[in-house]
Amino acid sequence: MGDPFSLIANWLLDLLVGFGLELEFTKVLLKFLGAGLMGTVAMLLMLFTIWLERKIVARIQDRLGPNRVGPYGIFQTVADLLKLLTKEVLVPSGADRFVFIIAPMLVVMSVVGLWAVVPFAPTLFGTDVNVGVLYLVSIGSIGTLGIMMAGLSSNNKFALLGAFRTVAMMLSYAVPMILALLVPTMLAGSMGLVDIVEAQSSMWFVVLAPVTTLIFFISSIAEVGRAPFDLLEADSEIVAGFHIEYSGLSFGMFFVAEFLHAFTISALTATLFFGGWQGPGAEAYPILGFIYFLIKTGLVYFVVIWFRGTFPRIRIDQLNTLNWKLLVPLGLAAVVFTAVIDKWAAEQDLSRVLMHLAGNALLVVLTLFALRAYARSARKKEEAIRSELMKPSHVSGAGD
Amino acid sequence: MHEPWIFIAFLLPIGFILPAVTILFNRLLAPRRPNKIKDSTYECGIETVGETWVQLKGQYYIFGLIFLIFDIEAVFLFPWAVAYDKLQLYMVLEGVLFILILAGGLLYAWRRGALEWV
Repeated sequence: MGDPFSLIANWLLDLLVGFGLELEFTKVLLKFLGAGLMGTVAMLLMLFTIWLERKIVARIQDRLGPNRVGPYGIFQTVADLLKLLTKEVLVPSGADRFVFIIAPMLVVMSVVGLWAVVPFAPTLFGTDVNVGVLYLVSIGSIGTLGIMMAGLSSNNKFALLGAFRTVAMMLSYAVPMILALLVPTMLAGSMGLVDIVEAQSSMWFVVLAPVTTLIFFISSIAEVGRAPFDLLEADSEIVAGFHIEYSGLSFGMFFVAEFLHAFTISALTATLFFGGWQGPGAEAYPILGFIYFLIKTGLVYFVVIWFRGTFPRIRIDQLNTLNWKLLVPLGLAAVVFTAVIDKWAAEQDLSRVLMHLAGNALLVVLTLFALRAYARSARKKEEAIRSELMKPSHVSGAGD
Repeated sequence: MHEPWIFIAFLLPIGFILPAVTILFNRLLAPRRPNKIKDSTYECGIETVGETWVQLKGQYYIFGLIFLIFDIEAVFLFPWAVAYDKLQLYMVLEGVLFILILAGGLLYAWRRGALEWV
């Protein structure tokens, strides 16, 4: 009774084989049905999460948020969708038509593609690929490519700026993300996400690698490209960046992809570091595992929305400094610390958890010292420039 | 061997077709009266001056290059991470050496000022 997923799958399989279909063909057919279901659920889920996010952000900013269409405004997204459906789809003159039209579809494809390897419950997952983590990175970067295609093909200067900012942001932040993904791979000894979740049965990886969890979380928010990292569509600077020339549902697809991606990275953070479906009784009753997974994802998703609601957008030089001078070195250090400590603790027969925690604490202390030194040198530089400017020779009329 | 990939082979086209169909519906339902002004490049109501392909900061190019180096080298680390359980301590230290070389590259780029946004 606790495992409705296999129950339904087996029932369908029996039914279709009973109709006289071949077993192998039926299995492939079921995969097709599952993929169709997953894609549809992903798209329909957006109707709910967009509303949820608007509501929560509104509450954070002391507003009411959508509250007209349906109870608590829950059908607001449906109304928006219908409105967008009746809007003319424009292709600006001088645009690269094919690339322009195909870009939003590619962006959605990349996000839906990520769902294939996420284990929702012990018996409910799209597929268990043995290179799962690498698959996440590669499919995720198709989305970046789609955004660059949108920006470059629009024949618009703002869109072009947005496309170039994807280089500074989405590409750059892929580096700490990949480095952070190395740690769960190392701790689980496998790249498959199902194996990674199973390896967390005794201890969640967030306990073993809190620093890495934070790096992954921050860099994946930047990968999504939402506040505080929404430079590529910064409304107050480059109007809407890469999707400025899009209208109707072509724009809507970028919107859907962003919100779906935000939900997906919450699911991935929950899977990779917070134990996925792991919890008391999850092995025996997969439906419980699914509920645990939803709760964890929901909590992480709430933090993502919280980030969006409270942090101001960061400047592009701060963005690059944060990535290349803090997250990348810290990511490299975290990989080294984890690798050495895990092996060393095993050889010395010490407590793995305590050693990892001590290592992470040391890492945090070292980072704080390095940050203080960096801040001091930056302040000194700034003061040198200021005193140079204030010299009498620079002040006009001082020599008279 | 190929079995896990069948699902992905289905899901990716579905992920592509779903938005494609939605946009197609949009095109069928929405009015379509393009004119020259409507199709012109949008720059907050001001007429566009010059062509789109203006000169941009070289910094973007440098970041692209650094990303490429790090991305490839980080992907090289994945086989090492997968085999981590079976490795001896000295093999782990060899991997650490590789990461230190990576860090050296980062330090070099840093010292040369490639990471400054000016």
